[in-house]
Amino acid sequence: MTVLHQPVAGLLDFEAVAADFPILARTVRGGNRLVYLDSGATSQKPTAVLDAERSFYTRHNAAVHRGAHLLAEEATDAYEHARQRIADLVGAQPRELVFTKNATEAINLVSYSFSNATAKAQHGRALPDGAERFVLRPGDEIVVTEMEHHANLVPWQEVADKTGAVLRWIGVTEEGRLDLDHPEHGLSVINERTRVVALTHQSNVLGTVTPVGLVAEAAHAVGALVVLDACQSVPHMPVDVEALGADYVAFSGHKMLGPSGIGVLWGRYELLESMPPFLTGGSMIEVVRMEGSTFAPPPQRFEAGVPMAAQAVGLGAAVDYLEGLRSADGALSGMAAVASHEHALTQYALESLTEVPGVRVVGPLDAEARGSAVSFVVDGIHAHDVGQVLDDRGVEVRVGHHCAWPLHRRFGVAATARATFYVYNGPSDVDDLVAAVRHAQSFFGVA
Amino acid sequence: MDLESLYQEIILDHYKNPRGKGLREPFQAEVHHVNPTCGDEITLRVEIEDGAVADVSYDGMGCSISQASASVLFEQLVGQRIGQGMATFDEFLALMQGRGTVEPDEDILGDAVAFAGVAKYPARVKCALLAWMAWKDAVAQAVASTPEASA
Ligand SMILES: Cc1ncc(COP(=O)(O)O)c(C=O)c1O
Repeated sequence: MTVLHQPVAGLLDFEAVAADFPILARTVRGGNRLVYLDSGATSQKPTAVLDAERSFYTRHNAAVHRGAHLLAEEATDAYEHARQRIADLVGAQPRELVFTKNATEAINLVSYSFSNATAKAQHGRALPDGAERFVLRPGDEIVVTEMEHHANLVPWQEVADKTGAVLRWIGVTEEGRLDLDHPEHGLSVINERTRVVALTHQSNVLGTVTPVGLVAEAAHAVGALVVLDACQSVPHMPVDVEALGADYVAFSGHKMLGPSGIGVLWGRYELLESMPPFLTGGSMIEVVRMEGSTFAPPPQRFEAGVPMAAQAVGLGAAVDYLEGLRSADGALSGMAAVASHEHALTQYALESLTEVPGVRVVGPLDAEARGSAVSFVVDGIHAHDVGQVLDDRGVEVRVGHHCAWPLHRRFGVAATARATFYVYNGPSDVDDLVAAVRHAQSFFGVA
Repeated sequence: MDLESLYQEIILDHYKNPRGKGLREPFQAEVHHVNPTCGDEITLRVEIEDGAVADVSYDGMGCSISQASASVLFEQLVGQRIGQGMATFDEFLALMQGRGTVEPDEDILGDAVAFAGVAKYPARVKCALLAWMAWKDAVAQAVASTPEASA
């Protein structure tokens, strides 16, 4: 066994970062140190985020975009300021950014635009100018990839079922990259019948970062719209929505140090403008009469009901926190520092895990164009059992198919164990993971 | 220490040497159950003869807990009258849903008492119940398809 050395270059001062997260100071089962390696599912929250939410409630709480009293004004300002902060993070204009419950809802907002526009068109009902782009007919095609999270797959299957459109997909190579050259399931599935291409920016299982620009170019060449699931990219790397080439970008606040209950949909304004509403009710209207209603311009058109103001404020604070991070050597700041930190940890984790006989990583072994999700199987031990032994030692990973069942089927495994790293993890967390995996092997007598 | 209470020797033994595994004929009902959170699955067949469980055969994939519980089920339920089997099922279900507060009755449960530790891990209870839920479903189907089977 070669001795691997913990990385030093490119890291954040992760111990100082971890000290900002109260939960990381607790112990788990049997008094073990908590080694939280499940940030891909949801991240922990720094005190700054918790404080921001609390101070919203203790000082400014009121129903946003309703009423004219002082608190309503302050609450509305806080909510809209958060929208601005999040827009700044991803290079967007605030009016192009819609708050949703989570990324799942953000993606459904887009997918329902297609099925709702199609249903209204079939009955000759009024649609916004330009909504023709969202009307699907039998024979139209929707393209996804085999590495999608269910959140960016099932909504499109539903659209296909409701409209008669055909679902096609781009496959995945043995290495875990999009199989763009595949004769049947390659980039060539995008053709003149394709109306929408939905793909992930970074796989939550394989860690793979996809060539969004390339796929978007093929999609736009045939007039299709591109929906990007950025759940695993926006929290972990610099993302500029304008530069990506996608038409919509969805992500969740809870995976980027923010509260649960808030997600974001970014969309090109002219597209948002031509979409029919998704959830309907208060706040999203222009004029309401008994005979029918007209709708507010975006983003309000898509924010029905009293919104999650405290969560938005918390997410705004999370953005401030992320942007305030510096690498330990001072060379990088903000999301670039986050990406560099995770890159170093991912490389170390890949090297360390592949050193262990009987461990197989599902996904690229090379840390280039790859995020920190490291999924693996241990020969002779089911992932559930691996996870249980790890948990017994305080190492918290995800086990199962991670809401990417078709992808697991593609790799012929029922389940994997998955470690994901974030700003508060350090190289010793990788060491603890590897030691716990070896312990699982000896516990089950397979090594 | 908790780990040993979860993975009792009996469980690991059933996992490594499953009893009655593999699909067999004859059977009156076959069901396929999955655990959607982890993708574990089981195909299970039952043969009822003269109101008793003549055979339970199964195949599937899953973690040690789900595999061992199928093996224990085979040992425990084959040969029992349907009514007695259902009583064993109820006892096992109560144990699994008891969050560690239910005292298992070894006379009824046999080797299945070894799963008592699983009840303290809510995330694993579904694993332990996978085969048992499939069995109950299959028996109900077998009985419905051949009314005389329940005689
Ligand atoms: C790649 C990816 N897409 C979508 C989702 C769904 O996010 P949420 O559950 O916050 O809507 C997740 C998180 O589980 C994810 O990792």
